[in-house]
Amino acid sequence: MFSLLTEQLSLWVIPIILLLVPMIGYFRHVNVYEAFVEGAAEGFHTAIRIMPFLVAMMVAINIFRLSGAMDIWVEGLKPVLEFCGVPAELVPLAIMRPLSGTGALGLTTEILNTYGPDSMLGRIASTVLGSTDTTFYILTVYFGAIGISKPRYSVFVGLLGDLVGFLGSIYICYQLF
Amino acid sequence: MINIIWLLLLVTGIVYAGWQGRIEVVTQGAISAAEGAVGLSFKLIGVMCLWLGIMKIAELAGIVRFFSRILSPIIYFLFPSVPKNHPAMGAIIMTLSANMLGLGNAVTPFGIKAMQELQKLNKEKDRASDAMCTLLALCTAGFTLIPATIIAIRSASGSTNPTEIVGATLIVSLGATMSVIIADRLCRIYYQIRARR
Repeated sequence: MFSLLTEQLSLWVIPIILLLVPMIGYFRHVNVYEAFVEGAAEGFHTAIRIMPFLVAMMVAINIFRLSGAMDIWVEGLKPVLEFCGVPAELVPLAIMRPLSGTGALGLTTEILNTYGPDSMLGRIASTVLGSTDTTFYILTVYFGAIGISKPRYSVFVGLLGDLVGFLGSIYICYQLF
Repeated sequence: MINIIWLLLLVTGIVYAGWQGRIEVVTQGAISAAEGAVGLSFKLIGVMCLWLGIMKIAELAGIVRFFSRILSPIIYFLFPSVPKNHPAMGAIIMTLSANMLGLGNAVTPFGIKAMQELQKLNKEKDRASDAMCTLLALCTAGFTLIPATIIAIRSASGSTNPTEIVGATLIVSLGATMSVIIADRLCRIYYQIRARR
C-alpha cells in the first residue's frame, strides 16, 4: 500500500507542478508563455559557467576512481571505521558517496545484488544512499555557477553531514530491523 | 580545504596508477572525464531552462511570494543576513522544497538561482558568504521525504519490501540536517570571532 502510494506520488509530482504553476499564472494575468521564455533564457549562460568547475572536479575524481587509489584509503580507514562498528563491505561506499553520485549508485547496486536488498547490508546501503547527497557535485555546481572559488568552511560542514548520515544509517538500521 | 582535497585526489590517483603499472588509465580517465563534464553541462542547460522558466511564471503569479510569507520565520532563522523581501528568499524556499519532494533535476536550477541571488548580497565575489554556506550545507545534507531513486533500485533488485527503508532515511537525513545546521552555525561564529581579531 505504502509502496504503491510513494510510487504514484513520485510519478505525479512533476506533472502536477507543470500543470498548476502555468494555470495559476494564467488566472493571475501572467503572460505565461513569455514569462517562461524569459526565465528559461538564463539557463544557458548558467550551465556554461559551471563547465570549467565541473571539468576540474570530474577529472580529479575520475583519475582517483579509475586508478584504484580508493583501495589504499579503504585499507587505511578500515581499522578506524571498523572500530566504530562499520561493516568492512560498506567502507568503499562511505568514501565514494560524497565524491560521485553514479559511483555510489553503482556500489549500492552491487551490494544489493551480492547480499540481497533485504539483508542488513542492503538496508544500510539503501539508507546511506537515500539520506545523503553528492557533496562535491553540489559544491562544484552551485559555487561554480556564481564564480566562488573560496568555499570556506562549507566543505567541512558538507563532509560532516555525510559522515553523520553514514554512521547514522548504520545505527538506525540496527535499531529498526 | 578544497585545494588540498582536489590535489590529494589527483596525486594519490596518479601515483597509485603508476605504482600499479597502469599509468595509461590516468590519461584515458582525465580525457573521458573532461568530455563527460561538458556533456553534463549541456544536459543541465535543458533542465535549467525548463525549471527556471516555470519558476519565472511562479514568481510573476505571486506563488513564490505566497510561500515566502508562510515559511519566512524558518528561512529568517536559517538565513539572518537575507532581508525579508529579497528575491533570494523565494529561491531558497523553492530549492529546499524541491529537495524535500525529491525532484532531483529541479533542485540544481533552483539552487543555482538562489546562489545567484545571494551573490548580489555578497561583498567579496569570489568568497562564499555565510548564507551561501548555510544553503550549501542544507543541500548537501539532502533532506528528502521520498527517496525515489533508491526505492526503484531496491525493487529492481528483487526486494520484498522496497519502501521499508523510508522511515530510516527520514530519521537519518533529519539527523544529518540538524547536525549540519549546528556545525554551520558554530563555524560561522568561529569565523566571525576570528575576523574581528
